[in-house]
Amino acid sequence: MAAPAIVTIVVVAVIPLAQTIQDSLFKISLKFEDAPRPFVGLDNYGSVLSDQSWFNALQVTGLVAGASVAAELVLGMIIALLIHRSFRGRGIVRASVLVPWALTTVVSAKMWAWIYDGRYGVVNDLLMKLGAIDQPIIFLVKPEVTIWAMIAAEIWKTTPFMALLLLAGLQLIPHELYEATALDGASRWQTFWRVTLPLLKPTILVALLFRTIDAVRMFDLPRVLTNGGPGKSTETVVLYTYNTFFTSLNFGYGSTLAVMIFLIVVFVSFIYIKVLGAPTQGARR
Amino acid sequence: MTDVRLRSTGLAAPATPVPAQALWTVLATRQARTKFLEGFGFYTFVAAFVLFCLAPFVWTLLTSLKGPTTIFDVPIRYLPTPLDLVNYRDIFALERFRWALVNSAIVASSATAVSLVIGSLCAYAIARLNFPFKNFLLAVVLGIAMFPGIAIIGPLFREFNSWGLTNNYLALILPNVTFTLPICIWVLTAFFSDLPGELEDSARVDGCTRLQAFYKITVPLAAPGVFTAAILLFIQAWNEFLFARTFMSLPNRLTATVAIAQFEGADISAQYPWGQITAASIVITLPLVVLVLLFQRRIISGLTAGAVKG
Repeated sequence: MAAPAIVTIVVVAVIPLAQTIQDSLFKISLKFEDAPRPFVGLDNYGSVLSDQSWFNALQVTGLVAGASVAAELVLGMIIALLIHRSFRGRGIVRASVLVPWALTTVVSAKMWAWIYDGRYGVVNDLLMKLGAIDQPIIFLVKPEVTIWAMIAAEIWKTTPFMALLLLAGLQLIPHELYEATALDGASRWQTFWRVTLPLLKPTILVALLFRTIDAVRMFDLPRVLTNGGPGKSTETVVLYTYNTFFTSLNFGYGSTLAVMIFLIVVFVSFIYIKVLGAPTQGARR
Repeated sequence: MTDVRLRSTGLAAPATPVPAQALWTVLATRQARTKFLEGFGFYTFVAAFVLFCLAPFVWTLLTSLKGPTTIFDVPIRYLPTPLDLVNYRDIFALERFRWALVNSAIVASSATAVSLVIGSLCAYAIARLNFPFKNFLLAVVLGIAMFPGIAIIGPLFREFNSWGLTNNYLALILPNVTFTLPICIWVLTAFFSDLPGELEDSARVDGCTRLQAFYKITVPLAAPGVFTAAILLFIQAWNEFLFARTFMSLPNRLTATVAIAQFEGADISAQYPWGQITAASIVITLPLVVLVLLFQRRIISGLTAGAVKG
């Protein structure tokens, strides 16, 4: 019964991946139909090591992933702890939490581009009304401002998902445990650090794993919001690789970069699953 | 620890009556104050959080309802007065945009349907049957869900080109299934595992084959789960951008995400068409927002199934 799924996975994922790995050992340019495609061994991998653009993209991705996932965890945790109770209007909160999550990333990128607009943007208008700034900020022109504007958009989009996962984890902690700790006279702070957090650890790790991998794979937001600019200041690894494939038409080197990204994803998963001792999903039954 | 216990139960330590009593009075007022402030503070927080989630969307909606002049008013006019539906009329007048909606609907629903059929069988097998490498299979499925799409895009692009599949719906449905199938298997395995197996056993005693038992007993029972999975898969496929941008190039074959990313408006020399873009954004996300509002409970249970049960 599992056969159709296995065949599908092999055909659309495993074989293309193997092909990408193979391509990464060749020099393949699609600029010219009849260009030779020589085998170059690990030369492409050697080029990665001296590729400034790659290290720039790696740095951008690291900063965006690190900053956004950390902020999401803290914000998501605060939100989850606060709405972990029954109250009037819970349904409204739940539905509104899902809006940023369900929203198409491309649409969200366009929305934020409009919100950040230097002249007509609502953020500038609000900040000026509040007296926080005198002059409108041109968000998407200065590299050091742009990357944080992008991170903020990412945090907006994904914090709700984090909060939902953490909330679901909180609901699995038996209520008696809290009653017992309350009887023992623990403060809320103590309860959080000694009961909630340790019991929530598996959920936190799973949520962090999902979110970190998603951040590493980030493409839609930088492509549409900034297209990697200004300069290459918001060019993520996937965006750089995409451009290597489809702008430079360099399919050999592009494949090498794609394999590198695949290895990063595997490495990150490995760290979360093995080193931090997160239970494997498959082990639950 | 002792100190803490004394405080919360309100027992004054006999040895030091005066400071303990003073402490108690302070705490009593603080408790009363906290209780009052908590209700108020809590709802303020909830309101702020809802605003945080919805504000960008609401702003987009307001912008889309403004006419060509009010959009670019400085200082900003927040409410769309006068209300103007011209942006919506403009985008629906664009053939490309109408096609984009149709294309997205075709691709997303096909990918959802294919994943559901293949995925439900696989999830059922994982939940009910014992076979070698079962956990390995589940791990691979999870691995595929985390897979970077960029790692397969090069070969797919070249293959699709050589097979003449570029601009064919299949070229989008297949890669989409790669990423919807794992979610489907994941969610449905969790749902199937929660269904009692006895019902199927008795159906099989009555002469059903395993496949019959699956389609006649399990599928109807798991209908809510299947439905939840369908919503999640549809949202995922509807929002897909990387493949859609790569495998479709003809103007009338673009999906909604690509169309909006490349939106230039009818008149390229004019100011950037924010009115039309925001209107298109609203139209594209409307199906998703409706799904979310109607099925929030299901979506949340599906999203967190498997992820938190560890």
